[in-house]
Order: sequence, then C-alpha cells, then structure tokens
Amino acid sequence: MTAALSPRVRRLRDLATRLTTPLLPDDYLTLINPLWSARELRGRIVSVTPEAEDAATIVVEPGWGWDFPHAAGQYIGIGVQIDGRFVWRSYSLTTPPSRDGKRLVITIRAMPDGFASQHLVSGVAPGTVVRLAPPAGEFVLPDPLPEKVLFLTAGSGITPVMAMLRSLDRRPDAADDVVLVHSAPDAERALFADELDLLARRHPSWRIVQRHTRAEGHLTAPAGLDEVVPDWRERQTWACGPTEMLDDAEKAFADAGVAESLHLERFAASFSGSAEGGTITFARSGRTVESDGATTVLQAGEQAGVPMPFGCRMGICHTCVAPLRSGAVRDLRDGSEHRVRDSAASDSSSITVQTCITAAAGDCTVDL
Amino acid sequence: MAISDIKEFAHLTEADVEALGEEFDAIRRDVEASRGAADEEYIRGIIKTQRRIEIAGRAALFGSVVPPLWMAGAALLGVAKILENMEIGHNVMHGQWDWMNDPEIHSATWEWDNVCPAEQWKHSHNYLHHTYTNVLGKDKDVGYEILRVTSDQKWHPVNLGQPVFNTLLMLLFQHGVAIHDLDIEGLLRRDIQDPEEFKAKLEQVGRKMRKQMGKDYILFPLLTGPFFLTTLTANMTANLIRNVWSYAIIFCGHFPDGAEVFTEEQLENETQGEWYLRQLLGSANFTGNRLMHVMSGSLGYQIEHHLFPDLPSNRYPEIAERVKEICAKYDLPYNIGPFPKQFWKSIRTIWRLALPNKKFAAEQAAHESEGLRRENASSTPSAEADVRVAA
Repeated sequence: MTAALSPRVRRLRDLATRLTTPLLPDDYLTLINPLWSARELRGRIVSVTPEAEDAATIVVEPGWGWDFPHAAGQYIGIGVQIDGRFVWRSYSLTTPPSRDGKRLVITIRAMPDGFASQHLVSGVAPGTVVRLAPPAGEFVLPDPLPEKVLFLTAGSGITPVMAMLRSLDRRPDAADDVVLVHSAPDAERALFADELDLLARRHPSWRIVQRHTRAEGHLTAPAGLDEVVPDWRERQTWACGPTEMLDDAEKAFADAGVAESLHLERFAASFSGSAEGGTITFARSGRTVESDGATTVLQAGEQAGVPMPFGCRMGICHTCVAPLRSGAVRDLRDGSEHRVRDSAASDSSSITVQTCITAAAGDCTVDL
Repeated sequence: MAISDIKEFAHLTEADVEALGEEFDAIRRDVEASRGAADEEYIRGIIKTQRRIEIAGRAALFGSVVPPLWMAGAALLGVAKILENMEIGHNVMHGQWDWMNDPEIHSATWEWDNVCPAEQWKHSHNYLHHTYTNVLGKDKDVGYEILRVTSDQKWHPVNLGQPVFNTLLMLLFQHGVAIHDLDIEGLLRRDIQDPEEFKAKLEQVGRKMRKQMGKDYILFPLLTGPFFLTTLTANMTANLIRNVWSYAIIFCGHFPDGAEVFTEEQLENETQGEWYLRQLLGSANFTGNRLMHVMSGSLGYQIEHHLFPDLPSNRYPEIAERVKEICAKYDLPYNIGPFPKQFWKSIRTIWRLALPNKKFAAEQAAHESEGLRRENASSTPSAEADVRVAA
C-alpha cells in the first residue's frame, strides 16, 4: 500500500528501488526505524491508558504512508501479532480528525472471549509496532448537520459517538439539539463517564443520559425509548452497541416508518460499488465459476469448493489475499479496479488482491 | 527401469503404507499446532541479519580498490545472497511462513534476489518438482533437462559433454534456475509446446535479469565512482559464490546414491502414504551444524523438506528426529551422510553417466527390481499395522 507521493519523492523512490530490487528501500529503512516503511501501513503504540474497568485508550503513531483523513465515527483496522500471527480487528477512532496531529486514538474494551482485545488492553507495551488499515465506515455525521440528533449507544458502542461528540464540541455551528442515551452496566463500567458529564455542563442544550442497566434495566425500543426520548421519531439517530440493541432499534424505527433516519454501525464492510461479473478461474485447483458482480471472489470460490483462505471478511486483515494472474477484479467498497497489467509493460505479471471485498470485473484468473 | 510400484519396492503392505502416512500426518499436525512467536522471531531474525550483512557488503565495496575490502565485500554479499535465496526466499516461497499472516513475508508476494522470477519458480519447483518428485518425464529436476543423472535416462552421445555442462551449470546456476520453467526440452527438440507461453516467460525472465544485472553490474559499481571495475568484479564474485554454493547444496538433494527415481505408473492412484514414501526414498540429507544448515537453506534436511515443504524450516531438526524413528520402525532407509560425501556421490554419478556405462545401469536396474534390502524380512510392521487398522 503506497500513499500518494509528490512526483519528486516518487522519482527518488523509484531510483532507490533500482538499487534495492527486488526489495523496496523501505525494507532496509525499517532496520533503522520500524515506522519508515509504506509497504504495509504500520504504527507504533505510544501509550496505553486504562479507562473504566477492563478498557484502555491506545494512542498509535502511524508510520510512512499514512495520509488518510478520517471522519468522526469511522474505524481503523489494527493488526497485532499474537503468537507470531497478525490478528486483525477494527476499532472506532475516538478523536475527531487532526486533534492530535497525526496520532490515532482508539478505546478498546477487553471482551471476555476476545483474544485480540484482551491482548491490546493488557498485553501491548508502548513501542510495540502494529499494522494498520485505513479509516473506513459510513457511520459519520452529514454536513450540514441535522437539526435534531439522537445518539443511542451501549457499552463500547460509545467509541465512534465519542469522536462525533468531541468533534461537535469544537464546532461553533454545532447542533444544539443533541441527545445521547448511553447504557453501561454500572457507573464503574461506564466508559468516558467523566468526559460525558463535562460535555453536558459545557453544552446546556445537550441532553446526556447515562443509564446503568444493572439498576435500571436495558433500554427497550420503542417503549423505553418513548419514555426517555419522546421525540425520537423526529430525530436523525446514530446507534452503536450490541447486536440485539441494534436489531431492536432497527425494528422500532421501521415500525414507526422512519427507518431512513436510523444510522447503524455494525462493523461490516459496506459494499456500495458493483462489478461487471465474469468467469473466475481458480488456477491451482483447476475450477472455473460464472460469478455475478455482487458475489465476492471469496464467496464464488467457496461455493465452487476451492480452499479459500479468509479472515475478517471485511477487507481489513489481508488473510484472504491471493495473486491475480490475469483479468481484473473490482473493489466492492469503492468500485476501484485492480487489473493485471499487460505483462509486456510490467515487472511482474500478477498482483495480489483481497478476495473478500472484490468481485470479478470481466473474466479473471486467481492463483488458488 | 525406474520404480513403478513403490510398495513392492519397499516390501511394504498397503496397510503399512497407510499407517506410515498417518504417522507423517501426525507430525504435520503437531508442528502446525505449535507454530508461534519463537518461529516468527526466527525468520524475522534471519531476515534482519541477512539485510545487515548485505548492507555491510555493499558498504565495504565503496573501498573496493583495497583488496581486503574487496574480499570482505564480495564475501559478505555472497553470504547475503545465499541466505536470501535459500533460508529465506526458497522457504518463504514455499509458504512456510504464510501462517504469520504478514503480506511482507508471504509466498504470494516474495521476490528473491536472483535472476529467476518468483512466479516461474513457484510453478517449476513448488508445483512440478515437489508434486512429481523424481518421476521421470514429469519432474524436470531429474537432470534439469540437460544432464543424465540416472541410467533410466537413455544415453545419447551428447551426454559425453556432461562434465562440461555440469561445470557450466554450476558457474551460471542462477541463470539455469531462471530458465528452468521454460520448455527447454522442447527447445532442444525444436518443438516448443506452447511458443506463446515460452515467449511470455522468456520476456519475464529478461525483465528480472535486467533489474538484477542493472543493480549488481551497473548501478552499484557506478555509485562507487572511480572503483567501478573493482566493485563490478566483487559483485560478480558474490554472485558466483552464491551460484557454486547453491548448486552444490541442491545437487545433494536428489542425486546421491540411494535416492530413487520413479515411473509415471507410480503416480496412478498414488495414495498420500505412497506420496510420503516417494518423497522419503527420493531425497537425501546431509549432516552439519546449525550454521551449515542455515547457510544451506535447511536443505540438509531435504527428506523433511520434501515430506513437509511448507512447514517452517527451523522446525526441520525436531521433525528429523521423528522421521528417523519412523524409518527405523518400518525398516526404511534414511539417506544421510556428510556433505562432501553426498556431493561427491552426485558428481560421480554424473560423470559415470556421461558414458553409456552398461555395468552401472545393470546395477541400478537390479537394485530397482530387487527392492530395498531388509535387515530382517519379518520385521516389517505389517502385522502390527494390521492390528491397528482392525482396532
């Protein structure tokens, strides 16, 4: 992954690559500083600060090639080595863009059965080098802002909303009519409780409700919601939390006929692009399948019985990468095309593609 | 004739071979389940070391006009290229480190520091050689289409030149490897099977050659300014060191006495157990200390490498202990000897086979039809295996 470079830097880099071929200059520079490589995006853990019980805020300094603007509410992929393997998870950025320069801030709650989250909360020392995936996600506030906003969060679902609140906090034109209902088991386990109190004091027109479910029970929709936020049907709502909570909200908003004013974060790839479709040949296993433009290469291979490697299935972890020998595939997230260049003009007649987020753009051959 | 029924050759029953296969499967499972941070540290350590040695070598050559620096530079660069090609490149391209889920150390992306394009190597070596190991007519590594390495290959007057071809192959080894995936046999017969493909592959080799030669023979010498010529000769020497060394190591893998060859009939309905057996009987190891094994890309464990080509190379020593136990249990040979001895045996065979050498051919044929000698014919574990299968 190489970020956009100025023509001069690019020329210099190309020249240096002639000396380091078949490797990149980056591969030698990382011997000096592990962040001096744009080959795979990487970052260094600057600090790990414990938050409310079993959560921690982690600050990451990204390395070369990280040149991505992000919007409040988006998440990044983070790959940590556990037992020698890179394990990938995605976490919402909790600070709005540019507040800490280029530093990335995420808050992670250690899940009881979450190997990676526990490792990140209690196992990584500052200085650890991690891999990164660019910011992604459609869970963002529109511009201009709607007049009436509702945030519904539970547990660590507060993290993307925290980025939104912090960004609203700094905007003079910020919406006045903001309601947040955040559920946590109890005061001890409530993330960002102090900061939420502070925000409530700074913005008298905001209403911040911290609900402790052990004492008050889970917020139900629509009954519970009617009680706490009677005008929820008139509000643009952003919700993030456990699946059951999101399912509940989705049903309540649909039943009320306002499904389009509910915005959910489910941590899954959202496919907005579509591809042409075509015949996919799996060279090593000798199988060929007709595939439409909405079916990922991964799904097509699995349906044809090809042993396909896979990981996150949402385009962040790179476990599924496979060499594309000929033809083209299209990234279903943004519609960008990855095509094997004409072999006469290139150095290598194959490229690697992520099968979980790409579909055939015409006939193509994958080396699996 | 080469071996066409490996069970008969090894005097093992079907049940024996199946049980043998299960024992090898168990080794794979155990190693796969225990791969972890220590293995990851090993490969990263080797890669870091290799890159530092390379930088040191290139740096020394900025004073290449001074003989000690010339020698140090050539030697360091030679060592760096050996490590990169063998313990790192060859093994990474086998997928030994794919489990780490790191695209920077992955069989799909690795390109090695010699003139052979990785993509073609993965086809000719990982696929053809490792699948059809030592099968005449299928595995191009049986003589690399230019050498007669077994009397099962018909003698031709051109074979008289073997000692010369062999020496040339040694000196130009990286170029031999580079054109290995091309249809050389077809070219020699003036009947290339797929001329389009031949041309495309040749162009790919050409591009890689230009880059590699441009780096070693033009750019780095130019960078050292007035010492262009001495840097050039040092870089050529480094490539030569790598060529001769990797040639010698690789020739010890399948050509020493006792490494068997097979006919295509053996491939018909070959079971997993028979496949393991063919890898075992077709490969040869050599002894050495840890440094020797690292410097030879762990190919002193050729048998283990052929049984488990995609398990991490740093685990071969412990795998070898278990393979030896299995060989003892089934009364199978475990071909191992000191490196000079194994190398001498390979070279001797190539020289012998430059001539028709009917006596040698008769000996080989007798061995192949007689099969493996057993210390004790009743010691085959078939009875034991039968009990196990019945249970």
